Amino acid sequence: MANPCFTQIHPTCIPVSGEYQSKLTLMSESLRNDGRVWVPKKKEDAQAIQQGKLKGVNIKEEDRDYNLERRYPAFGNLVPRDVASRAAKVECDKGHGVSPTGLAVFLDFSDAILRYGKIEANKKGLTNLSNEQIIALGEEVVSAKYGNLFEMYEKITGENPYKEPMKIYPAVHYTMGGVWVDYNLETNVPGLFALGECNFSDHGANRLGASALMQGLADGYFVIPYTIGTFLANEISTPKIKNDLPEFLEAEKATKVLIDKLLNTKGNQSVESFHRRLGKIMWEYCGMARNEAGLIKGRQMIRELRAEFYNDVFVPGSNDEFNPELEKAIRVADLLEHGELMMVDALNRNESCGGHFREESVTEDGEAMRKDSEYAYVAAWEWNETEPILHKEPLIFENVELKTRSYK
Amino acid sequence: MSAEMNLKIKIWRQKNSKTSGSFETYPVVANEHMSFLEMLDVLNEDLISQKKEPIVFEHDCREGICGACSLVINGQPHGPNSGTTTCQLHMRFFKDGDIIVVEPYRASAFPVLKDVAVDRSAFDRIMQAGGYISVNAGQAPDGNAIPIEKGRAGQSFEAAACIGCGACVAACPNGSAMLFTSAKIAHLGHLPQGVVEADKRAQAMVAQMDKEGFGMCSNVGACEAECPKEIKLENIAFMNRSYLKAVFSGEEV
Ligand code: SF4
Ligand code: FES
Repeated sequence: MANPCFTQIHPTCIPVSGEYQSKLTLMSESLRNDGRVWVPKKKEDAQAIQQGKLKGVNIKEEDRDYNLERRYPAFGNLVPRDVASRAAKVECDKGHGVSPTGLAVFLDFSDAILRYGKIEANKKGLTNLSNEQIIALGEEVVSAKYGNLFEMYEKITGENPYKEPMKIYPAVHYTMGGVWVDYNLETNVPGLFALGECNFSDHGANRLGASALMQGLADGYFVIPYTIGTFLANEISTPKIKNDLPEFLEAEKATKVLIDKLLNTKGNQSVESFHRRLGKIMWEYCGMARNEAGLIKGRQMIRELRAEFYNDVFVPGSNDEFNPELEKAIRVADLLEHGELMMVDALNRNESCGGHFREESVTEDGEAMRKDSEYAYVAAWEWNETEPILHKEPLIFENVELKTRSYK
Repeated sequence: MSAEMNLKIKIWRQKNSKTSGSFETYPVVANEHMSFLEMLDVLNEDLISQKKEPIVFEHDCREGICGACSLVINGQPHGPNSGTTTCQLHMRFFKDGDIIVVEPYRASAFPVLKDVAVDRSAFDRIMQAGGYISVNAGQAPDGNAIPIEKGRAGQSFEAAACIGCGACVAACPNGSAMLFTSAKIAHLGHLPQGVVEADKRAQAMVAQMDKEGFGMCSNVGACEAECPKEIKLENIAFMNRSYLKAVFSGEEV
C-alpha cells in the first residue's frame, strides 16, 4: 500500500443530516464556478441560523464574510478542493457554521443569477426590466447550467437553492494512495497487476477533476497492453498452477480461520456499528487537518477498536449461504488495518502536501507547507501487526522543478 | 425538523433459491429524509440487535448509477416515484402508518438468491454475447477523428443511460428483457464505431436473451413506465430493425 494518507476531501457535499445516512451526496464542483462561498461575520447570526431563527437571505451584505474571496483574492471561490475544504472547516471551528450541526457554509447563487439576468436582458435588448424580471431571466440561465444539481439538492434537503443559498460542507471523496505498483503496473506480487483507481500511481498527493476516469483509461488502454506481454512471454511454458501448492493451502487456511473466527465470536455489536465508529475516528483524527497528538491517539483508538471487534462482533448466518454480513465483516476487518495504516502514514509524513495537511507544517500565514528535502518520496508500507514497515521510493524530477503554487 | 414515521414493512423472506419463501412483517421507525435503502439498513440493524438474520437486499453505489438495487415496492419496481431507483427513493413518498410491501423481482430468468436479492447474471451473459465493440488497443485515435452527428450521439447517449437494473423485466407480464437488450444494442448501434458489428451484435444478443428464458415482447409498455432511467420503447424498434436486417442478410452467428 503506497501513500495511504493522501485523501481528497471534497468541499461541496450536502451536510450530514442523520446518523443513519449511508453516504453523503456530492454536489458537482462546477457549482463553485458561479456560487460564492460565505459565512456570517457575526457569531450571533450564525447561531441564530443554526437554531433556525434566521435564514441566510436575512443576513445583510456587510455582515457576510466571503471567506474564500477574502483569503485568496486571486483564485477566490475557485481554489483547489483541499484549500476550499480547510477554509470551510476553519470558519465552522470558529463557530460561524450555518446548519443545525454548525457544520456547513453557504454557497450562494444570488449574484450569479443577477449577473446572468442582466447579460440576458442586454442580449435581448430589454431595458426597463424590474428586478424580479431580471432574476427570472438569470434563474433560467442558472437552471440550464445546473438545473439537475439544483433539483437533486432540493430533493434531498427540501430547500430551494434558487431562492436560498445552498448549504455545503466537505466530505471524504477519494483516496489518491493505493496499491503499490511499478511502472508496468505490476504489484509486489509477481503477476498481479493493479489498474485504475485501486493503484497509487497517477495522482500524487492530490487529484484533479476527472483524473480518476483518465487513470482507468490510461492504465487500461495505453499501459497494460504493452507491459503485460513481457510478463506473459516468460510464462508461456508454465503449466497450469494447481491449487494444492503449500502457498495456496496456507492462504486458504488463513481465510477459513478468519471466517470461522468472525462467525464464532457471537458478540453483541453489529459489523455496521464498528464500521461507523472507525469512520468517526478517521474523520476526527485523520481528516481535513491532522496533527501528531491526534494521529497517535487515533491510531491507538483503532487498535483498541480492532481488539474489540474480534471480541465482540456479531455476524449472523453461516458461511455456506449467501451472507452479505459476513462479507462486510471481512471488509471491516481489512479496514480496521487500513485505517491504522493511514494514521501511521499521516504521522510519518510531517509536511503538508496535497490532500494531506499537517497542522505542524504551515507557513506564517497558515497555508500548507511542503518539505521537499525530507519527504519527496513515495511511502510504500508493508503491513505488520505491531509496526508497519516503510519502504521509501524517492521521487526524482528530471524535466520539471518542484515549486509551490500560491492562490493568493 | 424531520417527522418520524412508524411503518410496517411486509417483506419477502426466502432462504435460498431451493426453498420457498413467505412474507414477514416488521415494524420500523423511519424519517422522511431517509432513502428507502437507509430505512432497510435501520431495520436490519434492529434485526441484528435481536440476533436475527438481516434482510438480504442488493445495493452498491446508492446514487442511481450502478443498477444494483432492485426491489418491487408496493407492486412497482423501484417504487412509486418515476425516473428514480430504489436507492434514490426517499421515505417522504410514504406516510406515517403505511404498510409497505417489498418483494424481489419476479421473473423466471432472475431466480431469487435470498430474501429480496435475485440473480441477474443473465444480463451479464447477454452483454457478453455482443454488448461491446471490438477495437485493437494501440495508438490512440485522434480526438474527433470520427465525426458523429449530434442527433445520433444523443440517441446513443440516452440508450447508454440504461443501468442494467432489470426493472423492465420485473415490470413486464411476460418477463421480457427487450428494453434492456435493445438499449444496449441501440447504444452501440447508433455510433459509427459500433455500426461495423451491428448485425452480428443484434443477432448474438437476441439469441442469448432467448436462451436465458426471458419472455417475448407483446408491446405492453410497462417496462418503459417503470424504467428508472426512462429508456424509450423506440429502442426496441431499433433492435428489431437491426435484428431483421441481420437475419435477412443471411449472416450466421
Ligand atoms: S432499460 Fe431501464 S429498467 Fe431496464 S435494465 Fe435498463 S435501466 Fe433498468
Ligand atoms: S444502488 Fe446503485 S443504482 Fe441503486
